[in-house]
Formats: sequence, C-alpha cells, structure tokens
Amino acid sequence: MNYLEIAFWIATPLMSLSILLAVYRLVRGPTSADRAIALDLLANFGIGVIALISIVYQHAVFLDVAIVLALVAYLATVTFAYYIEKRLGQ
Amino acid sequence: MSAELVAAIFLVIGSFFMLIAGIGVVRLPDLYLRMSATTKAATFGVGFTVLAAATFFGDLGVSTRAVATVLFLFLTAPVAAHVLGRAAYLNEVPLWEGTITDELKGKYNLKSHKLASSEEDIDRLSDEVDGENSNA
Repeated sequence: MNYLEIAFWIATPLMSLSILLAVYRLVRGPTSADRAIALDLLANFGIGVIALISIVYQHAVFLDVAIVLALVAYLATVTFAYYIEKRLGQ
Repeated sequence: MSAELVAAIFLVIGSFFMLIAGIGVVRLPDLYLRMSATTKAATFGVGFTVLAAATFFGDLGVSTRAVATVLFLFLTAPVAAHVLGRAAYLNEVPLWEGTITDELKGKYNLKSHKLASSEEDIDRLSDEVDGENSNA
C-alpha cells in the first residue's frame, strides 16, 4: 500500500461527505441565493473530484474537463446573481 | 516516489478543507457567513486537490493547465461571491441576529442599486430616483 492509495482512502469519503452536505443546503434553501451558493460549491467540489479521478486513472485529459467546469460554474453563479438582482422590481 | 508523497499530502489537505467548506455551508447561520465558507475554504481545498494532480503528473503541459485552473479559481471565486452577495443584500436577505455591525445599512439606494459613500450622496441618489420617477 503506497502513499497515494492511503490518500485515496482518506480523500474519497471526505469529498463524498462534503458533497452530501452541499446537497443538503441545496435542497433546504431557505432563499434562492443560498441555493445558488450551494450550486457553486457543488461545481467546485466537482472540480476537486475530477482532479482525484484523473490521479486514480492516471489520465491527465480529465483536467481539461475541470477547466471547462470552472468556467461554466463561474458563469452560472454570475447569471444566478443577475437574475436574483433583477427579481427585485417585481 | 517523493512526488507521489507530495501529491498524497496535497490530496488529504485538499479534501479536508473541502469537508470544512461542506460543514460550514450547513452549520453557519446566514447567507453571508455561508458564502465565506464556500469562497475561502472550498477554493483553498479544491486548489490543493488540483495542485496534487499537477505534482502527480509532473509533466510541464499538464502542470501548467492545472496551475492555470487554480489561478482561474482564485480569480473568479471573489468576483462570484461579491456579485451574489450584492444581489442578496439588495434583495434584503436577512442577516444573522448576532450581527454586530452592518456598514452597508442605508448606503445602498434600493431603487437605483447605486452605492453611496456619504450622507449627501444618499440624499442625492434618492433625489435622482425621485426625479426619474416624476419624469416618467
């Protein structure tokens, strides 16, 4: 058992648990801004999981997916904020 | 071998900080405090996890892409948090009852979404909004 294998056994449950906690906040709310930050957090965790998977399978190509996911997550958060702000007048 | 050890340490640190962010987003009492957990702890944890991949592969192209991802995360996380926090504040999302100071209180004009820095500014901004409304 080398160092990386031990690190996988530690990192995978921690990441899964943090994703579950973020999903709890996404479901619970209470405002739509809370849901937006939970979604942003989930996308960020997705980037971390992709980095972990790229190490497990030793495929560096997955890191390109992480870049695209980071871009899309940022745009999604800004768009959510735009619509939350626009909703004020109604 | 040593690169593997560094990657393993970075992975454990990164996933630990991701767990802290997850706990923070559930346990902290209001939106703005939760946002601090998602912005700081999550970005730090994810950055360390991607850096683990960068050290593990040890290839120049791969490491450059990984470091670029981390830089992009560190650039965009504060911007996203600011935009979302501003939208939530203008939407009057309540602050935690234990909040001691709210320095933005009364400084945002809730109609024009403009930020004032002094008392005169606030009056001027509200006059502007009144003028626009009477013209329309």
